[in-house]
Amino acid sequence: MSWGSVSAFFAMGGYATYVWGSYAVTAVVIVVEIALLALRSRAARRELRQPVALRD
Amino acid sequence: MAINWFKYAAPNTFYPLAGRMAPWFFGAAAVLTAIGLYIGFFVAPTDAQQGEAYRIIFIHVPAAWMSMFVYVVMAFWAAIGLAFNTRLSSMMATALAPTGALMTFIALWTGALWGKPTWGTWWVWDARLTSELILLFLYIGFIALQAAIDEPRRADRAGAVLALVGVVNVPIIYFSVQWWNTLHQGASVNLTKSPNMAATMLWGMLIMALAFWMYAIGAALIRVRAIILERERAVDWVRELPEAAR
Repeated sequence: MSWGSVSAFFAMGGYATYVWGSYAVTAVVIVVEIALLALRSRAARRELRQPVALRD
Repeated sequence: MAINWFKYAAPNTFYPLAGRMAPWFFGAAAVLTAIGLYIGFFVAPTDAQQGEAYRIIFIHVPAAWMSMFVYVVMAFWAAIGLAFNTRLSSMMATALAPTGALMTFIALWTGALWGKPTWGTWWVWDARLTSELILLFLYIGFIALQAAIDEPRRADRAGAVLALVGVVNVPIIYFSVQWWNTLHQGASVNLTKSPNMAATMLWGMLIMALAFWMYAIGAALIRVRAIILERERAVDWVRELPEAAR
């Protein structure tokens, strides 16, 4: 598949909104999940370093 | 050679194993995504009917497959946890739910963005779309139910019952395009027929499906590690982890 030009690639044959809208939202939700996973893991490890008596 | 298959069924042995495996799954997901997207955008030809709009297939179909597959795996681990009272199985089910919900959301979102240019509508209340939406509600229901119950083992059991009842929805989603009249096209890949799409399109889609699969495993492993720490933080082996050193 040869696109000819960069702008042709981004235009996606007139379907740019639909194609890039799909890929962008997919990328965003995956990045958000990874960020939430990192936060949750860090919180779980931080909790471990609390003295037992102070834990909820 | 005798392999003790149950060795890694205990949280204290699975926790470090999951930590060592997760980066490999994320790495495989990244490499496969790069290859899949390259094929999807630079090798696969323009579709004769749908033009470039069809390129949504490279995330839509993998996400839809994973939304169903993750649900079945989640229900499987929930059932094992319910039947044998194995706490790691239940934690695995809990760890899979958010990733499954994410896959379902991606399938619905990309489906809407694909439906608009090809069908002229973002959404129709037909069998395939409605049953996939119900799948999202099942995931959200599972997560909400478990979050509402303070005692983790009770939450596991309640969630397992919900997950198992909901399994009935998965074949309904899969076969909905055969059972009912629907706007949605039939299965993209069929084991008994040769695929009716270009080989490069098919390969791009299969590699992206593998990438989503690897990602889902990696995400579930990281999440189950956090769940293990959250639930077992008062247990000796957790307090002896390097992570717990002050």
